[in-house]
Amino acid sequence: MLKIENLHATVEGKQILNGLSLEIPAGEVHAIMGPNGSGKSTLSYVLAGREGYEVTEGSVSFNGQDLLAMEPEERAVAGMFLAFQAPVELPGVGNANFLRTALNAIRRARGEAEIDAMQFLKLARARMKVLNMPEDMLKRPVNVGFSGGEKKRNEMLQLALLAPGFAVLDETDSGLDIDALKMVADTVNSLRGPAFSALVITHYQRLLNHIVPDRVHVLSAGRIVKSGGPELAQELEAAGYAGVQAAA
Amino acid sequence: MTAVAATGSAAFLGRYEGLRTRLPGARVAWVEALRERAAEAFRQSGFPTRRVEAWKYTDLAGVAGAVFGEPLTSVEDRLEIPAAMHPRAVFVDGRFRPDLSTLAGLGFTAESLADALPRLEGWLGSLARPASEPMAALNGMLFEDGLVVHVPAGVAGGVLELLSIATESERAPAYHPRHLVRLGAGASLTIVESATGPSGARYLHNPVFEIEVAEGARLNHGRLQLEGHEGVFLSTVYARVGAGAAYDNFTLNAGARLARNEIHVALTGLKAEAHMNGVQLVGDGQHADTTTSLDHAAPDCASRQTYKTVLAGRSRGVFQGKIHVHQVAQKTDGYQMNQALLLSPEAEIDSKPQLEIYADDVKCSHGATVGELDADHLFFLRARGIPEAQAKAILVEAFLTEAVEAVADETIRTALTRGVAGWWGRQGVAGGLEEA
Repeated sequence: MLKIENLHATVEGKQILNGLSLEIPAGEVHAIMGPNGSGKSTLSYVLAGREGYEVTEGSVSFNGQDLLAMEPEERAVAGMFLAFQAPVELPGVGNANFLRTALNAIRRARGEAEIDAMQFLKLARARMKVLNMPEDMLKRPVNVGFSGGEKKRNEMLQLALLAPGFAVLDETDSGLDIDALKMVADTVNSLRGPAFSALVITHYQRLLNHIVPDRVHVLSAGRIVKSGGPELAQELEAAGYAGVQAAA
Repeated sequence: MTAVAATGSAAFLGRYEGLRTRLPGARVAWVEALRERAAEAFRQSGFPTRRVEAWKYTDLAGVAGAVFGEPLTSVEDRLEIPAAMHPRAVFVDGRFRPDLSTLAGLGFTAESLADALPRLEGWLGSLARPASEPMAALNGMLFEDGLVVHVPAGVAGGVLELLSIATESERAPAYHPRHLVRLGAGASLTIVESATGPSGARYLHNPVFEIEVAEGARLNHGRLQLEGHEGVFLSTVYARVGAGAAYDNFTLNAGARLARNEIHVALTGLKAEAHMNGVQLVGDGQHADTTTSLDHAAPDCASRQTYKTVLAGRSRGVFQGKIHVHQVAQKTDGYQMNQALLLSPEAEIDSKPQLEIYADDVKCSHGATVGELDADHLFFLRARGIPEAQAKAILVEAFLTEAVEAVADETIRTALTRGVAGWWGRQGVAGGLEEA
């Protein structure tokens, strides 16, 4: 589904990714772990197409398409979803209107029928109930005045509603309590299936107790230095990144 | 005979000299005197140049250098006029059209100024200041018609529409309507005003309003300036607000090649209130100016101003806002905010807030910001599948929300939302957010 080959990227002239290669087949969830500054967030932004993240070498193929040649909205339409580490606040943009606009933008681009306001509210309310979100979060402006946990819930609501084929979770677990962590895990686990893949980027192992990955990769200085099964996350927890890097 | 057509102040002064015996109110001594005072002021000032402080950022050289003609009495009856939602007064090329207006059965007076003129002594000209504002001088010299509204004390007037429609004309007409609005004590009225014109027509629309809001009365004044792209709109509003009364002005300044929305409000009675809000949408090739001047001339008054300007393409916006707090105006509560959003590197905004405070116990704040669309916000929306143009429209709408939500009157807010959407349509963007 996603194939990253020899990816090099710079941010403001600084080399961050140094030949990263990674393949995530359809239906699999992979985790990337790594210390601060190893390039985790850069990878997520490069995949989503953020301006200022310049790919200098390498390629990313997404369902056979050249991902790097696509605009951010084209990537979303193709099924790429980034759950942001620090979701932005949008004063003056109602959350419900935003969600419906995004959903219909994607449906339109895919040639699917648009969802009317009534259908949308029904759908959104059902998802919110599962996520334990109060309904007034639909009426408020996007993320404005939301707590850290509420913002992450809102990201998970977008994930659940847009139902992409591929999700990148960029340290979605940072700053979350155990209940919120489980909510994130439940959302991702509910989407798991043969047509869904995910890349879970995290600093800690605890999220991976709830989203058990098929593969775990260790990122260091912009490249994958070690890969393994879910047990690798446990090792990292015990030995620390220094131990793994030394052994690599 | 060939003659070079006169332009600028000379042309307008020449027209006044030629027409003075035939203009409405000719041979009515006080009207003649009023026109002559205005003419004398305009002889002195002419069209202001950029050396005049109040016109530093808005250049009228193009207007002064153009040739304008007299409006013909329009008999055009194939006008595209939106269906009437409320009683309305319709002006075509500056002249009242009773056949298109529906003013019967109102609980107050609304009539043509040309008809009412002999009865307006002491009212017409009581607020306009031709000696300080050259465009008001030009208007005072050449006005022919306008709307006169008088809502008696205690009467709730409901909603009144004021439509000004320009027609296609080879003559590039100039017209200078004078509108008078007077609300008696405790009266209320909502005026929804719109000015429109065909996109290719050249014309000068130079209206002056004189508005009096007596004790405890409330006037909501919503203005949609949607003139045609070659039109010039130079508008001056004077309002005097009495004790416990409120004047709420909202202006959408979106049309015309050159537009100036100039508002002078005086709060003259205890606990008077003024709300002056507006949105300027300035597209490629347009110049839009909002200039406000607020006199806090009595104690315990409050004023709120929020102006937002969005500039696209090669365009220019201006905001000048002066708050003058007189020595007697203790406990004044004044707030002014103006914000501009630049969508293009070729767009430019000049912003000049000005506070003059002579009382010692006041609360006055003002602020100004200029910025571009936030790249993080734009990326977030696009990462959720929303195309770039639509994402921009959403963020611009969000930027305007604060000013639009400050509009208390629902009729005005609805008209405004429609006006904003229309502007987006003309910029080639289908729309922003979908409602859920």
